[in-house]
Amino acid sequence: MGLVTYVPRWVPLFALSQRTLPRWLEEWLDLIPVAILSALILPSLVTAGEPRQLSLWNIDLLVAVPVLLFALRTRSLGGTVVLGMALYWLAGKFLG
Amino acid sequence: MPTPAATADRTSTLKDGIRAAWPICLGYVPIGLAFGVLAQKAGLSPLAIGLMSVLVFAGSSQFIAVAMLEAGSGIAAIVATVFTVNLRHLLMSSAISVCLKGLRRRWLALFAYGITDESFALNLVRFREGNWDWKRALTVNHVTNAFWVVSTMIGGLGGTFIPAHAFGIDYALMAMFLCLLVYQLRGRLYVVTGLIAGIAAVALSLAIPGNSYIVAASVIAATAGLYIRRRYPKIGQAKGQA
Repeated sequence: MGLVTYVPRWVPLFALSQRTLPRWLEEWLDLIPVAILSALILPSLVTAGEPRQLSLWNIDLLVAVPVLLFALRTRSLGGTVVLGMALYWLAGKFLG
Repeated sequence: MPTPAATADRTSTLKDGIRAAWPICLGYVPIGLAFGVLAQKAGLSPLAIGLMSVLVFAGSSQFIAVAMLEAGSGIAAIVATVFTVNLRHLLMSSAISVCLKGLRRRWLALFAYGITDESFALNLVRFREGNWDWKRALTVNHVTNAFWVVSTMIGGLGGTFIPAHAFGIDYALMAMFLCLLVYQLRGRLYVVTGLIAGIAAVALSLAIPGNSYIVAASVIAATAGLYIRRRYPKIGQAKGQA
């Protein structure tokens, strides 16, 4: 398993960092982070279960709204994490 | 004997790295503990767990593999899942290679080992803001790695005794991801790409089991975003660009 996880990370670094990439590729790669983060975040907020189903009324999604707004406003990573934890903990207490 | 300047530089690299990394470390603790507990139940010793964490360091895919083992899945299914989960790390590696141009091979190898969802997003943001270099990025990777390894081992030793869900710590990583996403919204094009990715990911995740939806949605969205950027240059202007 070590190899399977390591190789996909190692190959592109070696292949790509040594040379100048074509512009379309750089622009495409530039969009990857926002795409990956979105793809990671949104399903875990609105789907649940095995097999997955839409599940909109859940604490994770509820807490995500103020947390997102806070992050947009303050751009503070530490602050956002602390706020997220606090709200989640409170929500669990009162809405659990 | 290192010069005072060299020592000072090393210290500030360490401090900057740690200061940047602590939210990730905080998020890793509950997940690492949970993983350790799961792995121990599946029959792994704390030492084996630590070894696995050190060798692999893939966070979520470690989790998935052990959960599947517990559920009785076959080896082929587990390997296939781990592989698709890590395909996204290939994308991340490609994206961040731009920031590591010209770095010597041995440092590239070391860096590659430490790439995870979290350290990738964080380092990318830092590189963009400036005042960041491969040494600091490497520090982030390895400080978070250390936290991960230690958390998994402690979980394996007796995580069931630690109160679960203390202080909403389960949400730490999600909060962190949300903020990292915000950092990426550098203009309308990115918001649009993010929306496409999110919607595509939800649709695909409902239709297809497993984690392949992450890579698929990302590729679709990035490609769509590139198309939009070429076709509608006005939308494509990121903040701070001419």
